Amino acid sequence: MNALPALQPILDEITHRFGDRLSAPRLERPDEIYFHAKLDLVSGFCGHICKRWNARLMNVFADDARTDDGVFYLYYVYALDSARGFIILRAPVPPDQPEFASLTNAVHAVNWQEREVQDLFGLRLIGHPNGRRCALHDNWPDVHPLRKDFDLRATLPPFQGPRHNFRVVEGEGVFQVPVGPVHAGIIEPGHFLFSVAGEPVLYLQLRLFYTHKGTEKLFESIPANHGVRLAESISGDSSFAHATAFCHAVERAARMDAPPRARALRSVCLELERLYNHIADIGAISNDVAFIVANSHAMRLKEKILRLNECLTGNRLLRGMACLGGVRWDWDRPRLQAVTDTLAALEPEFEAMVGLIENSSSTRDRLENTGVLKPEVARDLGVVGLAGRASGVDADLRRDFPHAAYDSIQFRVPVYQAGDAQDRMRVRVDEVRESLGIIRQLIAKLPGGTCRAPMPEWPAGRVALGWAEGWRGEIFHWIRTAPEGRLARCKVKDPSLQNWPALSEAILGNIVPDFPVINKSFNLSYSGTDR
Amino acid sequence: MFDILRESFRTGVVTTSFPQTPPDVSPAARGNLEINFPAWRDPGPAAAVCPVAAISSADRAGIRAVEVDLGKCVFCGLCAEIEPAIRLTNTCTLAVTAREKLKKNAQYHLAGGVQGEWIPPAQTGETETAALGGELKTNITQIFGRSLHIRQVDAGSCNGCEVEINALNSPIYDAERFGIHFVASPRHADMLLVTGPVTRNMELALRKTYAAMPEPRLVVAVGACGCSGGIFGRNYATVGGVDSVLPVDVYIPGCPPNPHALLHGILLAVGKLKL
Repeated sequence: MNALPALQPILDEITHRFGDRLSAPRLERPDEIYFHAKLDLVSGFCGHICKRWNARLMNVFADDARTDDGVFYLYYVYALDSARGFIILRAPVPPDQPEFASLTNAVHAVNWQEREVQDLFGLRLIGHPNGRRCALHDNWPDVHPLRKDFDLRATLPPFQGPRHNFRVVEGEGVFQVPVGPVHAGIIEPGHFLFSVAGEPVLYLQLRLFYTHKGTEKLFESIPANHGVRLAESISGDSSFAHATAFCHAVERAARMDAPPRARALRSVCLELERLYNHIADIGAISNDVAFIVANSHAMRLKEKILRLNECLTGNRLLRGMACLGGVRWDWDRPRLQAVTDTLAALEPEFEAMVGLIENSSSTRDRLENTGVLKPEVARDLGVVGLAGRASGVDADLRRDFPHAAYDSIQFRVPVYQAGDAQDRMRVRVDEVRESLGIIRQLIAKLPGGTCRAPMPEWPAGRVALGWAEGWRGEIFHWIRTAPEGRLARCKVKDPSLQNWPALSEAILGNIVPDFPVINKSFNLSYSGTDR
Repeated sequence: MFDILRESFRTGVVTTSFPQTPPDVSPAARGNLEINFPAWRDPGPAAAVCPVAAISSADRAGIRAVEVDLGKCVFCGLCAEIEPAIRLTNTCTLAVTAREKLKKNAQYHLAGGVQGEWIPPAQTGETETAALGGELKTNITQIFGRSLHIRQVDAGSCNGCEVEINALNSPIYDAERFGIHFVASPRHADMLLVTGPVTRNMELALRKTYAAMPEPRLVVAVGACGCSGGIFGRNYATVGGVDSVLPVDVYIPGCPPNPHALLHGILLAVGKLKL
């Protein structure tokens, strides 16, 4: 196996520069290359590859390999957008000295991810600017659920002590507004502590992980084919994207590719998921600034797509469709025609709804300059997906790392610079139009053949990265295989985990009554973050 | 302003007439399992492919007891792919007033570890669900003065159920036509609509929300996870279904239950309430 031609010069340069401090590159796939190095090289490697090769550190996670190799491993995943490949650095952490140096001061984007490793694996962070608990609440006992010697079904004793230790915010006229975990609407749980002086917000502290369900641990206890159904339940509104990213990872570990027709149908489903969520959000954002009639239209249009989903896959959220090796159901002529007809009828109605919103000056007034996430802040925090694209971050896995069938079609990635709620709405509107075009192209040249290939047996000990650009942004699953079609580890990264800290920045200086619309304009998944 | 009105008039009325008319779901939708128990030779293969262990069997004293639990089922249809005795229909209105009613049971003779003849069950009476809308109107009028206020709590769901619950406020399903409102505070609520599985981190918030409600109050568990813990079950971070924390009046299975199924369950709960 050879690396991608565009990656080769990078690998050569890195190998030359770090010499014997770095292992020889190990190629899992032509676009997925692993290096092994001692912990003390992590920081230098990061600084070099980010500066010299404009790499993006997008994933930090750990794996308990004590039974096989006697150590924990830390993995640092770098995306090289220009070369369309991933370089992954693996560093061992000895169990008798369970600690590692933080990169957060250099790369703010890994703040929460590093703390999650600390909580779930018990590897102590050195030099983190805010090394408090993140994934486990402060009242949890001293347990590390992702260690292999921790039992999934363990019954933890009743929790004691304060649930959250907040930072103190003081000053004349400063007061605190605690909100949640049960919110006023039909939304997921989380706790927000606003520190305000008068109306503007001075500081927002987020406490999530209320819906932590032990999902990553659960993946280790079930066969990989059942894992597809679990992946569908990571974040319900991204069921198909998560399931597809998971299948992608397992297929890459098994060194196989889904057949062309399956990849095309996967892309169609990903776009249908994007359509119903984007349309719902456009309505919900309007609703939060009191333009309720637009929301009614949006919910009506969303329903049309959910019913199309049901006709195509038997489930309104596309559940059950994904499977290892392809998709479970092929679509006959009438079904394909239903897609074409539904979207043809939807388009003018969607444009009419957008017209109403664009002509509503009060809506524009509330959205413009509200919840501004500046491009430089977005880049620092590594904000991904539509929130990133509304703040000048020109990244989209569909274009940069084409998965499913995205290498066979033409589309535009909308990018805006203002980073306000209005731009996050604009990105959605543009992407709905693009999605309609993408689906049309896919249907027009749908490849023939089977929609599902048999999975070959795969050996234990393989590692693989799988991904999909969900409607929120990039979704990653990383797996290590175990014997008999099982997994020893499945790391799940939802774009929400990456984007939540940006909300704390976007809210600064805004008034508390604008928080709902700012929050909705990001519309991050709590369950995807908490898992 | 004129555009807004024109667009509304052009759209017209889009609201479903459910429950006066049957649910408007695709023939392809995966709903209730129709099981031909006499023809089911061996539950083993179907149980093996079920991702949520909804199919189980136990052998004792020459009898094999088979159970299919719709409270756990995610309606993926994998069992029906390999087992001709199981067929998925598109019936989605599956809410019940007791957890046991979600379980389909069968017994077989067992000879030398081999499953034999099916044993027909003793006769039971089943009456439910007829004329829901009418019943609801009377009950609500009597007890809640023409309105039912619902507080929804996500006690740990994946947000799939929330997607569908939100649709109840859409013009298509329009729960308000029954006088059903979703409210922001449990103090204003008559019903708690809970999605799960209940996580360790949400258990206290759920109990407190329930405690803040005035009586009489109802609890409805939504989705496979709300009914049973679903694919997550009980683990270090979850405590299982809603009824492991609160007394539940109605269970609405599904993954997620569609808006018809939700409406059906809510109406069922109100029909049940008699003072």
